[in-house]
Amino acid sequence: MTTPATPLGDAAIMLRRNFRHTVRNPTSVFNAVLFPIVIMLMFVYLLGGAFDVGEKYVDYATPGMILLAICYGLSATSTAVNSDMTKGIINRFKVMDVSRGALLNGYVATTVVTNLIAVAAVVATALLLGFRSPAGPLDWLGVLGLVLLTALATGWLTVALGLAAKTPEGAGMATVPLIMLPFFSSAIVPAEKMGPGVRQFAEYQPFTPIIETLRGLLAGAPSAGDAITAVAWCAGIALVGYGWALASFRKRA
Amino acid sequence: MRTTAIEVSGLRKAFGDRTVLDGIDLTVPAGTVFSLLGPNGAGKTTAVNVLTTLMRADGGTVRVAGHDVASEAKAVRAAIGVTGQFAAVDELLTGRENLQLMVDLHRVGAGPGRRIIAELLERFELAESAQRRVATWSGGMRRKLDLAMTLVGDPRIIFLDEPTTGLDPRSRRTMWAIIRDLVAGGVTVFLTTQYLEEADQLADRIAVLDHGKLVAQGTPDELKRRIPGGHVRLRFADPGDLDAAARILAGATRDDEELSLKVPGDGGTEPVRVLLNRLHDQAIHAAEFSVHTPDLDDVFLALTSHPSTEVPAP
Repeated sequence: MTTPATPLGDAAIMLRRNFRHTVRNPTSVFNAVLFPIVIMLMFVYLLGGAFDVGEKYVDYATPGMILLAICYGLSATSTAVNSDMTKGIINRFKVMDVSRGALLNGYVATTVVTNLIAVAAVVATALLLGFRSPAGPLDWLGVLGLVLLTALATGWLTVALGLAAKTPEGAGMATVPLIMLPFFSSAIVPAEKMGPGVRQFAEYQPFTPIIETLRGLLAGAPSAGDAITAVAWCAGIALVGYGWALASFRKRA
Repeated sequence: MRTTAIEVSGLRKAFGDRTVLDGIDLTVPAGTVFSLLGPNGAGKTTAVNVLTTLMRADGGTVRVAGHDVASEAKAVRAAIGVTGQFAAVDELLTGRENLQLMVDLHRVGAGPGRRIIAELLERFELAESAQRRVATWSGGMRRKLDLAMTLVGDPRIIFLDEPTTGLDPRSRRTMWAIIRDLVAGGVTVFLTTQYLEEADQLADRIAVLDHGKLVAQGTPDELKRRIPGGHVRLRFADPGDLDAAARILAGATRDDEELSLKVPGDGGTEPVRVLLNRLHDQAIHAAEFSVHTPDLDDVFLALTSHPSTEVPAP
């Protein structure tokens, strides 16, 4: 009574396995879901009063914290991917008749779902801290869409980093730049308030247009220019990550 | 009629300018155990990786279960099972969940799946620990689970890459018994090992791999016969006897420190009788007498320590 393997079926099996992992590995849950909340509380409660951003600080910071919530989930993903690789579990699946795409899609799907949970938790915390948004249902849909797109893009890049790294520790370290990047964007304070050099970097790095688009959507006044740049960055990062992940996956045995 | 399970000819694989496999030819009849023997770094794992579709060869042809590994990888994968050098088990899952994962991926229905899992847990004596996470299991138990996971798909050809490396002697023997059971059920086993005893115990045929080349191939007995080194060892109580014996036994090697003589011979009864008669005629008494036949260790050391050693065909 054997039914043929389907990529979707295999991906669902992998997703179930990966979720069991996440639930049984409290550190990864802490990093992915609780840490962004801790950072949010720290910035809004402890430091926020000192920043002059021209509006209520929690309103300013929430879009950046949404991005931060996505980034903090990444190191767990790359570590998990790499440890499956180095422990031979990926090879076990590879010598079985398991759909190639299903394995990688399983990882990406896991990280996207974790990200969505983390983002929901951060938004809920923001609302508790007094965050109010005039955004309409369409704007919120836009926020969800961009969050999904960003999670997919960074997810593929992270899976690639995990497949390419030599050790699980190295894989975790490889995501540190992605985790640091939001701090050098307009997430915490506007880019124009930063020092020379850092300011230009903040203005042109991929996360700033993504955050500005989220900020526009949440303020009920989305800006098309930022949105186009944001989507282009996401598509670019996703393509690079996808190609790199597939190449590493085929090459390594 | 015997069919061929694995057929390899002219297999070559290099990483950059480092040649790992340099023209390997071998044939494994279905239902037999073939052991690839070699020291660390000889290329055993690379060979397994190519034969199991994990790596592409640079040259040569490899057919497994009648399918070409390069062009018909899917068909090969459907026929084989692979247990790698390190237990590829999921530590965060329980033993049962690991097996369930394999059942799900093999698309066995829920009913047969439950039965397969129960059978495997029973057969590998893992039922008691099945509900515990594998992270808490011993190395021997993990290897058994690894093999049990490989068996879920009921593969007809199984690749075992150093299945007992790092196991204690007891677990190693359990693993051997399991492998013998598999073969009794008609499964073909391709086994790599660095332990001669293991190859000797399990394999129908052995190939010795060294520096990417097969330096010898044959049954365990054939390999042992190829190596000179069978001798009779005589130890004497005093130097006088040693001198006397050395005078009458031409071609013997003497060891003055141990007061012993090594007389070449293949272990047959007739030369031994002649030897003992000559000692008796001269009234020479040996304190100790032993016959040494070459074991696979001799074969292994002779074949792999000098890459240029020429071994005559049998």
